[in-house]
Amino acid sequence: MQVTFSIQRYDSSKDKKPYRQEFKLDVEPTDRILDCLDRIKWDFEGSLTYRRSCSHGICGSDAININGKNMLACQVLIQDIKKKRIKIDPIPGMPIIKDLVVDTTDFFAKYEVVKPYLIAKNPPPKERFQSVADRALIDEAVNCILCGACTSSCPSMWGNPNYLGPAAMLKAYRFAFDSRDEAPAEHLEAIDTSDGVWRCHTIFNCVEACPKEINLTWHISQLKKKMVEREL
Amino acid sequence: MIHKHDVLIVGAGLAGLRAAVELAGKADVAVLSKVFPTRSHSGAAQGGIAAALGNEEEDHVEWHIFDTVKGSDYLGDQDAIEMMVSEAPEVIIELEHMGVPFSRTKEGKIAQRQFGGHTRPKVGADGKETRVAIQRACYAADRTGHVILHTLYEQCVKHNVHFYSEYYVVSLIVKDGVCRGLVAFDIQTGELHTFHAKAVMFGTGGYGRAWKITSNAYANTGDGVAIAYRAGIPLEDMEFVQFHPTGLWKLGILVTEGARGEGGYLKNKNGERFMKNYAPTVMELAPRDMVTRSITTEILEGRGIDGKDYVHLDLTHVGEATLKERLPEIIGFAKTYVGVDPVKAPIPIQPTAHYSMGGIPTSLFGEVYLDEKGTILTGFYAAGECACISVHGANRLGTNSLLDGVVHGRRTGKQIAKFLQTAEFSELPENADTADRARIDELFASTNFKESYHHIKDTLRDNMMAKAGVYRNEKDLKEMKQIIHELREKYKNVGLRDKSKNFNTELMEVLELGHLLEFSEVVVEGAIARQECRGAHWRTDFEKRDDTNWMKHTFAFRTEKGIELKYKPVTVTKYQPMERKY
Repeated sequence: MQVTFSIQRYDSSKDKKPYRQEFKLDVEPTDRILDCLDRIKWDFEGSLTYRRSCSHGICGSDAININGKNMLACQVLIQDIKKKRIKIDPIPGMPIIKDLVVDTTDFFAKYEVVKPYLIAKNPPPKERFQSVADRALIDEAVNCILCGACTSSCPSMWGNPNYLGPAAMLKAYRFAFDSRDEAPAEHLEAIDTSDGVWRCHTIFNCVEACPKEINLTWHISQLKKKMVEREL
Repeated sequence: MIHKHDVLIVGAGLAGLRAAVELAGKADVAVLSKVFPTRSHSGAAQGGIAAALGNEEEDHVEWHIFDTVKGSDYLGDQDAIEMMVSEAPEVIIELEHMGVPFSRTKEGKIAQRQFGGHTRPKVGADGKETRVAIQRACYAADRTGHVILHTLYEQCVKHNVHFYSEYYVVSLIVKDGVCRGLVAFDIQTGELHTFHAKAVMFGTGGYGRAWKITSNAYANTGDGVAIAYRAGIPLEDMEFVQFHPTGLWKLGILVTEGARGEGGYLKNKNGERFMKNYAPTVMELAPRDMVTRSITTEILEGRGIDGKDYVHLDLTHVGEATLKERLPEIIGFAKTYVGVDPVKAPIPIQPTAHYSMGGIPTSLFGEVYLDEKGTILTGFYAAGECACISVHGANRLGTNSLLDGVVHGRRTGKQIAKFLQTAEFSELPENADTADRARIDELFASTNFKESYHHIKDTLRDNMMAKAGVYRNEKDLKEMKQIIHELREKYKNVGLRDKSKNFNTELMEVLELGHLLEFSEVVVEGAIARQECRGAHWRTDFEKRDDTNWMKHTFAFRTEKGIELKYKPVTVTKYQPMERKY
């Protein structure tokens, strides 16, 4: 079957503003959007630029916007889209470097704010014990692949670019709720600011955008709860 | 622009990041990576990391050593295997202390599961000793690589390791037997940078992208091995490339061996568990090379599903709760890419090019060898999949790769720290980047797109799959050699359509293709010469392993006259080769 890709093009080193380019492609229903981008690049337009690596949704390189929704290009098949016209854009809210490649510097700077590492001293000679139930508390949070689809989809972030965003919140949760972490307060304090957890207005865009089906809003609500308890 | 650091680590997978953590605070260390660090392909490893912790059942380091030696089809160097396996429990505990969220046993210890080729002795009713599968693979559901990669990156953030993210290394600077740095371009600006260092370490990963069906990422184009080879370093055992038995049909996406560790069956078109005909004691948990050959034989003899080139991985009897808890990613992959819910229906699978046993020859401490006699290149180190120590020999056991990356990243980091106590910066040669600059300028200046680089790449990958894959023979391999020769000629006429220096991924793909062609020739040359069947190198024109003539490692040298092959004996300590049956 034939589909039409309408792709936003923009080279920040020379273009004044973004423009759109269309490509008609014969595709199989089981083709990934990433496969289609490759064919466009290889057969028609060598300058089409996007990131990708693992091609099966674990490295987090290829978050793009497909028909208005943030997704991973490698995790969406033609048959999932059900439209003959596919609109491809970079994920919103981040500066565009070229075509579908955005600048993630700010995204990762915000990740670093929450002290994204286990804080624990004096390790025992063997592993730290953790019950199955305690491990389950962080099960979803450790699945994050840092693709940025959630933060980029967040209206609170669009409104206030200083907002740390759902991905950073989830990382704070991952450590603050890890039974082995000895200083949950350090992770929580980092997000207890006007640009932190209180900026989340439970809009749920992040939940819809997450390619790993992580319920970010639930995790953020747990953070808020824990912080309120702490203040009492 | 010239940058100066004590140590430059290239590659941000498990080996590179573990070395960086080791060196952080002790030296000025910087990591260069062609992808953002957490995008590295170590993150795609699923099933586990091996260590004889004995958390689930009795286990001993000695058993793990024996399994690794036997799994390697006796090509692994036994001193190196002994050292890696002995350090395994310690490094896993260290990872847990760093924060790796392993799955847990009921007692709260690190959980372990069964994996191919990992066994324990068992005395049967008849008094005979056999070996059965053991729970040795420490895991975090089916995301073990992902959680270790992220944890190591977190430790780098904590210790302020400097990253040059999305920098693509194009050459090493080696002069008078000393490595002095490297040349790389910043993908975002297209600018060439020279890096001056006392020590350079490669943790650049494998070279599986040269085969059509592969579990490897786009990034795994063997850049490190090709760059080292061009710098005058020989490559060891390149003909040994592991095909993982279970890749998703047509796509090659990895379906972890942990699926069989949790009880999964392999079935042919008759619904028969055919592994009983190949490895009756451990069945689906035989080492990968054997399972892959068994699947391939079933397919070639017409017992693939519907007569096609795939068989079934059946998990339907394992139970929904276990699958959801322990193999959630696999459920997701199967649903997304082949429309199958593994709880209800079997998954179509075929072998997929997965792991590179060969690579840059190193000592036990990551120092790089310049020849088969053990001459060391000062200031250059390698660890992980790009290196060949050799702990995996002719066939790696599942869960030994993450172990290799972490153990050798750590040990190489320690060795570099020791080296730095006395090392000075050696002078950079003038215009160290001239040749690279000329090559890149030439590509940008090309006015017509005479040869399509992706066509060359597809031709290479299709043919490597058909002629240098699971089963090989002299005729196919010689044809492959000729094909590569022709493709290399065509490659000379490849140009760029994208003339912008800003984030030019076309330039990167063209340079990657050069690397694919460079090392593929070495793979094929080594495979033609090795006239035996051993591990992942299976020649249909020979019947079996030949320990009299081939208990030796291939060393391939790049010379003006072409590839020159030399050999180095395998280090045998306790385990004399015996017939490999399971």
